[in-house]
Amino acid sequence: MTLLYFAWVRERIGRDSEEIALPADVQTVAALLDWLRSRGGGYAQALEDLSVIRVAVNQEFAGPDHAVADGDEIALFPPVTGGARP
Amino acid sequence: MIRVQREDFDIGAEIEALTGGNDQIGAVASFVGITRADAGAAAGDAVTAMTLEHYPAMTEKQLADIEAEACRRWELTASLIVHRYGRLEPGDRIVLVVTAAAHRRAALDACAFLIDWLKTKAPFWKREETAEGDRWVAARDADDRAAERWHSGS
Repeated sequence: MTLLYFAWVRERIGRDSEEIALPADVQTVAALLDWLRSRGGGYAQALEDLSVIRVAVNQEFAGPDHAVADGDEIALFPPVTGGARP
Repeated sequence: MIRVQREDFDIGAEIEALTGGNDQIGAVASFVGITRADAGAAAGDAVTAMTLEHYPAMTEKQLADIEAEACRRWELTASLIVHRYGRLEPGDRIVLVVTAAAHRRAALDACAFLIDWLKTKAPFWKREETAEGDRWVAARDADDRAAERWHSGS
């Protein structure tokens, strides 16, 4: 599985991407976030408040119950702030 | 048509390239987003520049989906979204939306729809530079509400 990080999520975790082997019991977005957070350090800091974390599975927005599987491209980032400045 | 690029764009040239020579078009609507220095901010807090980060693979997919949705809802003859990324200063153009149709209502409504969705769905993040330091821009509920209004009646 490829994990991608953007904006301050990238800064707090300290890298923009990584390849991970998914533990067998991690089958949803919510479980993946819990598992990442349990790694501590920058992960725990970046994922402290999940209300400001958005997830895309294979380039589509995905909710907590969305399935995740090896081979997916999963991106973690803050709510988007694109277009003209609000 | 979707383009994500670092370079600036020429509004007149883009509209001409999209619509020139098509005599079925009766109306062209456009939206241009420009980097603003925040006039309401406290001294030292004014934005001197910002950097737009994006997720390229998802950006292409989201923008294409948003454009396809606009084409389903309105009879558009042509449409164009150009979005910039990278470092931008106040006064710089960020985004261009152009919609062309036989009649004005479809062109105007589709243009407003596209920019509202773009601001809430396209994976872009802004980092502002101020005299006090850099900061990531937080998402605003007002943008979500602007996009939500397109749900009603659909």
